[in-house]
Amino acid sequence: MKRGLAILNIYFEVFRKYHFLLQDLVARDFKLKYRRSILGFLWSILNPLLMMLVITAVFSNMFKSDIQYFPVYYLCGYLIFNFVVEATNGALTSIVQSGYLIKKVYIPKYIFPLEKTTFALVNVVFSFAAVLLVILITKMPIQPTILLIPIPVFYAFVFSTGLGLILASCNTFFRDTGHLYSVWTTAWMYLTPLFYPLESIPESIQKFIFYNPLYYFVTLLRELVIEGRMPDPAMHLTCICFSLLFLLVGLFIFKRSQDRFILYI
Amino acid sequence: MTYAVEVNNVSMHFNMNKDKIDNLKEYCIKLLKRQLFFEDFTALQNISFTINRGDVFGIIGLNGSGKSTLLKIISGILKPSAGSVTVAGTVAPLIELGAGFDADLTARENIFLNGSVLGFSRDFMRQKFEEIVEFSELEEFIDVPIKNFSSGMVARIGFSVATIVKPDILICDEILSVGDYKFQEKCEKRIQELMSDQTTVILVSHSIEQIERMCNRILWLERGCIKAIGGREIIPLYQPDFEGRDS
Ligand SMILES: Nc1ncnc2c1ncn2[C@@H]1O[C@H](COP(=O)(O)OP(=O)(O)O)[C@@H](O)[C@H]1O
Ligand SMILES: [Mg+2]
Repeated sequence: MKRGLAILNIYFEVFRKYHFLLQDLVARDFKLKYRRSILGFLWSILNPLLMMLVITAVFSNMFKSDIQYFPVYYLCGYLIFNFVVEATNGALTSIVQSGYLIKKVYIPKYIFPLEKTTFALVNVVFSFAAVLLVILITKMPIQPTILLIPIPVFYAFVFSTGLGLILASCNTFFRDTGHLYSVWTTAWMYLTPLFYPLESIPESIQKFIFYNPLYYFVTLLRELVIEGRMPDPAMHLTCICFSLLFLLVGLFIFKRSQDRFILYI
Repeated sequence: MTYAVEVNNVSMHFNMNKDKIDNLKEYCIKLLKRQLFFEDFTALQNISFTINRGDVFGIIGLNGSGKSTLLKIISGILKPSAGSVTVAGTVAPLIELGAGFDADLTARENIFLNGSVLGFSRDFMRQKFEEIVEFSELEEFIDVPIKNFSSGMVARIGFSVATIVKPDILICDEILSVGDYKFQEKCEKRIQELMSDQTTVILVSHSIEQIERMCNRILWLERGCIKAIGGREIIPLYQPDFEGRDS
């Protein structure tokens, strides 16, 4: 027990030493992403808005009777889904991309996938301005529970970090992980009720969706934003279990394989 | 007396497949055809030695003899396949100057980024910023993106940042050969300053003259094994036609 605490303490000290690097790398990504675009970081808000317009134009008639406040319903799902995909995609290539650093200085390697998920987190925070905007425009009643938005986002962040660690390890040894994963994210998008209500699909497929962590994150967010309802503890517990499970598996795989990364980059 | 660096029976093996397999398809094909041979390459074999505190320890050997690999193991970048390394104190590895520089960022941004790569805090870097810039003598170019710099200029900044703290152990892998002669002299002076401060220095250089001038102990590696270890007297064995100071 005492030894366990001592080890945790060392990890914490190392993290404290390198959290400036984490900040600097996020800042660098931010600068590089927006340096050459005129609208700058407004794109983080504009992009979901435009997506929402397109999807609303296409789908809202189809599910009109089932879904109240379709634009907000869709945006909530889209933001969480997009956040997870961006975070994990960034993490996936992070180790290979940082090879030039890993080969020359000692840095705790988890910093790199963590940096990418943190960068996606910063972006999603801006994107929530889009949700507010659409709520105001569509005259949807504002729920006080909207203040709890950070909770589902945090669950999704922990989940993405875990999944990102797994993907980063795999991709270092097998470069086609990225291709497989991009196929998977397409399927994943349809397996997450983003622009359709869960009830509208056959029960045989619904069963699969209950294994999809994103379904819970998205539903939690919608309950907070649209329905103004405090989600029940079982919902939180499900989210926490999924997030922690992925984080622990991710840490385990990453820790087991990190010493061999340098031989493959 | 405790050692600054203790290298214990270290070996390093690399898998040298003929063609590097890094995708699933190739892996499966090779696995099915039973062609998954890994050619084991031994870059270092049973290396043991110690370095005392305050030593200036030179490592010599031909290209490919494992010098860089050994330095990377000592600085924790590579994990040895077998054996262990104990290092007492902080290490500043100058394996390649400007590691982690981003070509699109300016020199100023890169100085801070490089500082955090080396684990320095933001406040510390702010305090030392002037000193770093002054040492690198690149004041006029401080807001220019690094991609417009020559490699010598990049090396100047890298060296300035890396030596801003007095590390317990300084590791230099052939870095003193970059930059113009004036800056080389300046770097050497900096290293000498650090040395007088009980810093242990590990130096790889192709300039035998430099090794002989600066080092008090020398390790000679040949194809991953220790060929000789000792004082300056092993230099004539390594390079018989070398005209040293005392000869
Ligand atoms: N990541 C690696 N994968 C495979 N072989 C490597 C790797 N790094 C170094 N080697 C091999 O190890 C040997 C020693 O290399 P190195 O330590 O760079 O030599 P030196 O610095 O003395 O010139 C070389 O033959 C090189 O090919
Ligand atoms: Mg070398």
